[in-house]
Amino acid sequence: MTAATSHVAAAELAALNKPRRDWRFWLGKTGIFLGMTFIILYCIAPFYWMVVSSLRLPTMGRDTSFWPNPVSFENYPAVFDPINGFGRALVNSVIVSLSTTLVTLLFGILAAYALARLRFRFKGIVLAIIIGCSMFPGITLLIPLFKMFTGAYPWMPINWMNTYQALIIPSLSFGLPLCVWNLTAFFRQLPVELEQAAMVDGCTPGQAFRKVILPLAAPGVFTTAIITFIAVWNEFMIALTFGTQQNMYTAVVAISKFTGAYGFDTPWGTIMAAGVLVTVPLIIGVLIFQRRIVAGLTAGGVK
Amino acid sequence: MTHARTTRRVLAAVASVGAVLITAACSSSSTPSGSAAAGGGVNWDERGPITYAQGKDTAGVWAGVLKEWNDAHPNEQVTLIELSPEADQQRADMIKRGQAKSGEFSVMSVDVVWTAEFAANGWLQELPKDKFPTDGMLASAVDAASYFGKLYAYPQSSDGALLYYRSDLLDKAGLKPPTTWDEMQAACDKVLPTQKGMSCYSGQFQKYEGLTCNVAEAVNSAGGEFITADGKPAVNSAEAVAGLTWMVDGFKSGMIPKEAITWKEEESRQAFQDGKILFLRNWPYVYNLASKTDGSSKVAGKFGVSPIPGKTGPGVSTLGGHNIGISAFAKNKGTAGDFIKWIASEAQQKTFLLKGSLAPILESMYADADLNKEFGYLSTLGESIKNAQARPKAVRYGDVTSAIQDATYAALQGQQTPTDAFNGLQTKLEDLLK
Amino acid sequence: MSQGAATTIAGNTPPFTEKRKKNLLSDGQGTLAGFLISPTMLVILFVVGIPILLSLRESVFRKFTTPDPTTGMIPEGESFVGLQNFTDIFAHPQAVDGAWGNIDRLINSFLNVTFFTIICVAIETVIGVAMALIMARAFRGKGFVRAAILVPWAIPTIVSARMWGLIFDADGVMNKILGQQILWLADNSYSQWAVIIADTWKTAPFIGLLTLAGLQTIPSDVYEAARVDGANAWQQFVRITLPMVKPALVVAVLFRTLDTMRMFDLPWGMIGQGKYYVETISMFAYIENNQLRYGTAAAYSLVLFAYIVLVAFIFIRLLGADVIGDEETRAITEQRKRQKALAKAENRKIKLAKTTITSGEFQS
Repeated sequence: MTAATSHVAAAELAALNKPRRDWRFWLGKTGIFLGMTFIILYCIAPFYWMVVSSLRLPTMGRDTSFWPNPVSFENYPAVFDPINGFGRALVNSVIVSLSTTLVTLLFGILAAYALARLRFRFKGIVLAIIIGCSMFPGITLLIPLFKMFTGAYPWMPINWMNTYQALIIPSLSFGLPLCVWNLTAFFRQLPVELEQAAMVDGCTPGQAFRKVILPLAAPGVFTTAIITFIAVWNEFMIALTFGTQQNMYTAVVAISKFTGAYGFDTPWGTIMAAGVLVTVPLIIGVLIFQRRIVAGLTAGGVK
Repeated sequence: MTHARTTRRVLAAVASVGAVLITAACSSSSTPSGSAAAGGGVNWDERGPITYAQGKDTAGVWAGVLKEWNDAHPNEQVTLIELSPEADQQRADMIKRGQAKSGEFSVMSVDVVWTAEFAANGWLQELPKDKFPTDGMLASAVDAASYFGKLYAYPQSSDGALLYYRSDLLDKAGLKPPTTWDEMQAACDKVLPTQKGMSCYSGQFQKYEGLTCNVAEAVNSAGGEFITADGKPAVNSAEAVAGLTWMVDGFKSGMIPKEAITWKEEESRQAFQDGKILFLRNWPYVYNLASKTDGSSKVAGKFGVSPIPGKTGPGVSTLGGHNIGISAFAKNKGTAGDFIKWIASEAQQKTFLLKGSLAPILESMYADADLNKEFGYLSTLGESIKNAQARPKAVRYGDVTSAIQDATYAALQGQQTPTDAFNGLQTKLEDLLK
Repeated sequence: MSQGAATTIAGNTPPFTEKRKKNLLSDGQGTLAGFLISPTMLVILFVVGIPILLSLRESVFRKFTTPDPTTGMIPEGESFVGLQNFTDIFAHPQAVDGAWGNIDRLINSFLNVTFFTIICVAIETVIGVAMALIMARAFRGKGFVRAAILVPWAIPTIVSARMWGLIFDADGVMNKILGQQILWLADNSYSQWAVIIADTWKTAPFIGLLTLAGLQTIPSDVYEAARVDGANAWQQFVRITLPMVKPALVVAVLFRTLDTMRMFDLPWGMIGQGKYYVETISMFAYIENNQLRYGTAAAYSLVLFAYIVLVAFIFIRLLGADVIGDEETRAITEQRKRQKALAKAENRKIKLAKTTITSGEFQS
């Protein structure tokens, strides 16, 4: 083959290898673009409505114009009107969510390590129990838990109604299995060789865990913490049952009980404003940690 | 998932059955026993600090009221416990204390429809008539605070329904506010053709307690009743069915707007204030809101109130309001008794009216000239309450109201005819009130 | 297989009394595991196990509710009624008018739950998988879309219920967009669709995320090879994508199904109680609890629990959902399958494996 022919062949090859930008390609691209727009609209539209509703005049709560006229921020200070106790409710939510997250992390890390790394006879049963916990309807657990914590049973003579313990401990019933399961998935993803290498270098299993595994698992632990925090923050039934006095409402319970001056009022503007206030920090957190959260939510589902 | 071994499974099953049997063996008493809330044997001289529990103080009136009492009674302080603004939650909270035999709420603000349930379960202290006189109080309110012929609470505040009407439009047509359903329909026929997009009448027809109030008014105003004086259900009478038929026909003919079937107090008030309906049945709270001149109400200054119309004459409103009662397990019942008497006295009733727009329970106040000047609707409200009828008194009121709502809503949605609906309701009520 | 006797490959048979060689990686981990797991198990026993037992006990009792005709007082206490709380559905049905005709209230809520679960899960799976397919091909703005997808998940359910309640108001924006006057918040089939729409909105993105993660594990060469072989887009989807995404998708669908069966917040906050078209078993049990009928409340919640267990069982056994996903348990299951087949073929009893290799012993 002469140099000229191979040169031509190269040019031909180059022309053939150029990606075909024909109508199929542009159709595909437009389709994807439309699809993405649809997804964004789908997810954001109702939230947009919530924001818009919170920016209306307090008396125009059920108005349906797409942009408020006039724009009014009056609903936001109204959220913190002492009559609703929303500030206190936010504090309660933070305390309950944080404590539950910390407790579940503490227990969960230990249990997840055992489940992910150790081999023992009852592992299957333990895993089944933990996952089975997420199968109980909340109402089944709620009534006996309520009776337990209000001294209705003689073998448990405590009355923890309207206390933080009564909000935290029942939350463990769904928080702990969730935490353990997510952490187990994360720990499984870490290669066994790391620990083995550490132990070859002379660490005990405990040291290997603390010095090698835990730092590497930190992102996973962090993600699980966020997921558990949000799950407890959004929980409604337990908070509703155990926090009946206004000073023990959590944020979601407080929103569900917003009232105006006459008891019959449904102050839509204030409710939507409170909803935005409760959601925006979560969304900001989600924006910042989206990669981690997605990794966490999917780690449990993808082996 | 690992296959659990059969023996393990069997053991687990045996263990759980055993646990159930053990807990069943340690059951609470299975022999019925009466309750000890009788009037006798109660120490009415015990005095000391007490608590008062009610729903959220939305009007902000109780802080001042309690301060007045606490300043005058330094050794018998009353502490306010604010519960949820929702009636269901308040009831649940009070029931929890009652079942736990706890005197945590010494004095409670009990909705009028809960009195029978609370009294029958022994959670309210019976009030002997000699110590707790009821002269001067509205008869219907006192009746709503009694059970089985005994008084279990003092009336605290009352409530009745009003008919709000567009006085500007009626005056233009030369009409007076209607007193019967036919007059109301005639007024609508005359006025509505001149108004675009306006409907005739609305109440509250969503499936909740407000529906029971509205249908009770329709039934009572047509001459029927849910339960007779001796506690027997009589809802399948021709008069009762006529009342329900009026509501159902109202939806069919368009007298009542179709979407009113999803309206509670707020939605119907909004419709009236936006000029979408000519006549509105609602509670007195609408008066002040509809009179606001900040632009939220298109009908400020253009409406009036009258008692609700009935089939052949003025209608019968539903009795609302609260009673103030003493917990059977409370300490310091002497203080509690004095406190509730103080709340029901004229001075405090005036405060509640002026500061909280709560209708008083003393008959004389409705005729008071000054108060009437201050509250344009007061005398109408007094008339309404005087003729008002309480909702069915039943120990299982929750089930009774549920059954009434089921039957009424089914009829309104066209799933059943009024006759069938109330025949079914009669059977259910007979079952519940056995 | 030799039972219990230790056999080393070298052929020496150590006496029974000699200690077996300890394998650091797998022996003696039982005690350590016990320590690590016991706090979690204790908590779960306390907040889940005991309430379940108490619920079981509660479901066979019934509180007195009939007042004495002479005094008007209700006697205190409760009586043991055996399984009456369960069988009364058939003996004394509480007939209500729901979407399924005039039937007993528990059966009505049971059918509602089934209806909601099937429809919601079907719709959200389709939408979720579509979202995942679109996002997998996306070129720009992936981060923004990913954040947008998490918005429905971040909004508390009760806030979402209030928000949708405002949107579905008879004079609300949904009716404005559709140009109709649909009564979403009454008690009819539109209320059911309002609940379905609100629920799928919140959960389809979640399935989308899980499917996307599954999609991203499929190597692109597989698609290239298929394209070379002449497969079109649909064939590629059905023959490559779906089977490889199936494990993740089945687990996601299982958990969504179990969650939807327990639905409470959304119909409660949006439609309200007492509406038989949307009443779920959770709502019914909650209402019974408020009416002080703890026996029936516990009984109905246990019925729901049994239903959930049944559905989970179907998913795990018949559809092969690999919920636990632990390598060791998977290996044990495989080994037990092999052992069973072997035992059947050789027609002899066999001791099924409980664990895989331990102690360096060679077990066949």
